Amino acid sequence: MANTDQELAVLKAIGNNEKAAIEAVYKENFSLIQHFVVSNNGSEDDARDVFQEAMMVLYEKSKSPDFELTCQIKTYLYSVSRRLWLKKLQQSRRIESQVENFDRVVPVEEDLEEHEKLNQQYLIMRTAMGKIGEPCKSLIEAFYVHRKNMHEIAGYFGYTNADNAKNQKYKCLVRLKKLFFAQYKNA
Amino acid sequence: MDQLQLAEVVERYLKGEMDPQEKQAFEEMRRNHPELDQTVVEYHHFLEEMERYGEVRRFKSNLYDTHHTLQEAGEIRELQLKPSTRIINMWNKYRRVVAVAASIAGITALFISGMLSLFTPKTPFRDIEELRRKVSNLEKQSSNQRAEINKFRNKIDPSADIRYGGTSFLIDAKGYLVTSAHVLKGAKQVFVQSNEGNDLLAEIVVQDPNSDLAVLKINDEDFKSPRQLPYGFSKGSTDLSEQVYTLGYPRDEIVYNEGYLSAKTGLDGDTMACQITITANPGNSGGPVLNKNGEVIGILNARQASANGVVFATKSKNIFRLIEELNDSDKDLSIKVKQGSSIKGVNRNQQVKKVQDHVYMVKVVLG
Repeated sequence: MANTDQELAVLKAIGNNEKAAIEAVYKENFSLIQHFVVSNNGSEDDARDVFQEAMMVLYEKSKSPDFELTCQIKTYLYSVSRRLWLKKLQQSRRIESQVENFDRVVPVEEDLEEHEKLNQQYLIMRTAMGKIGEPCKSLIEAFYVHRKNMHEIAGYFGYTNADNAKNQKYKCLVRLKKLFFAQYKNA
Repeated sequence: MDQLQLAEVVERYLKGEMDPQEKQAFEEMRRNHPELDQTVVEYHHFLEEMERYGEVRRFKSNLYDTHHTLQEAGEIRELQLKPSTRIINMWNKYRRVVAVAASIAGITALFISGMLSLFTPKTPFRDIEELRRKVSNLEKQSSNQRAEINKFRNKIDPSADIRYGGTSFLIDAKGYLVTSAHVLKGAKQVFVQSNEGNDLLAEIVVQDPNSDLAVLKINDEDFKSPRQLPYGFSKGSTDLSEQVYTLGYPRDEIVYNEGYLSAKTGLDGDTMACQITITANPGNSGGPVLNKNGEVIGILNARQASANGVVFATKSKNIFRLIEELNDSDKDLSIKVKQGSSIKGVNRNQQVKKVQDHVYMVKVVLG
């Protein structure tokens, strides 16, 4: 089943990390997945984690240039969440009874493999960030995560001007790059 | 070219910020120097990953916010399973633990009753009570002496440029403190001073300019971590006019103040903050705002210069979020934010007595 124009617009907005679209999709789909996880041996926190990871998969997919979704967003999120949760149950051997069967599930294996790869990369950067120490960590986060400009950063971290802050940022970046590639080779 | 210049040049090149001439020269250099070419390729990959890392973090934080907004609006709620399935689930999950716990409890009970019958004192209880008081008097004296000694053992270099930043308080008994991020502006080194006057060395774990929150970790062998914190942190919202109080260090000594919640948003409708009418002074920044149940509802961070008694506080749900991000970004950290308060229903006097030991003054050594 192809997507309606409306769904395509929503997907595009998700890819752009637009809050309104995220909220709409969240509101529409969370309880279905929550019900699935909680009635299959999961907790409320498990449900939240699984759903948010599925949203992450949807986000990655919407960002990729050759993106297409062959089913409704709802079906897709359900299929991904279901796969993620079953995998987790198998890993922790909490599975005791057969999971109740639901209709309309689409194959998501490939997408999840891709997600796993991207997640590995993310974890490598996260570990490198965890090792860099302060003030580098906060400084780099201010720039790359919170998108502050050098002027704001200078004021915030107490550098006399933007050039000093910039210098410090490059110092941190050189260090982080080293840590990143060290992690990379270990992984 | 040193490493720093190289980083800058490569970043400008990759972002397309070079003019055509410079770009041509740089590409020429790349062709002639394979090792430079290799570096550029590496940077390209690294910066792409850095950008993606930022994107993922922003998306995750949006998801997290959305969950809370929807939860607060009642759009999503915890599922009420039929009690029977829930209990069966719990039984399946925990039956091993229950069995072990039950047998330990049994053995302990036997053991204790045995010990009790062995050691039950023949003397009247009153004597014991007095003895105990003597011991505690002795303990008090020695702790006073210790405090005296500590006063002389000054850890901070007296020539250092010190600013008495503000207030912080424990968030996890392991020695994690929360404070306002602006308190730590320009810090080279941070000390926190306990209610008893001991200086303890602390390190900055994270500073989040967005919510004006920062987390410190006490890194000092003199720090004795409390068994548990009396107060909890509130995840929900507070009602208008609700009574609140704060403890902080606007002067060298801990100061108590009380007031009420006067608006649910901060300056210019900032939803991360709320407005409180209370007396606060510089130095109160980073102090806890507690409600009558002893739950932290916010962290004081600013005061409106044009109006008297109007103070803004960052809502405590931002702490949950910051800590979640932090735990998520570093596997070795597992900071726990307690929700329930153990001083609910206790009168204000007693609450303050319990809370004040966990509120610290922040001293910032400027770099």
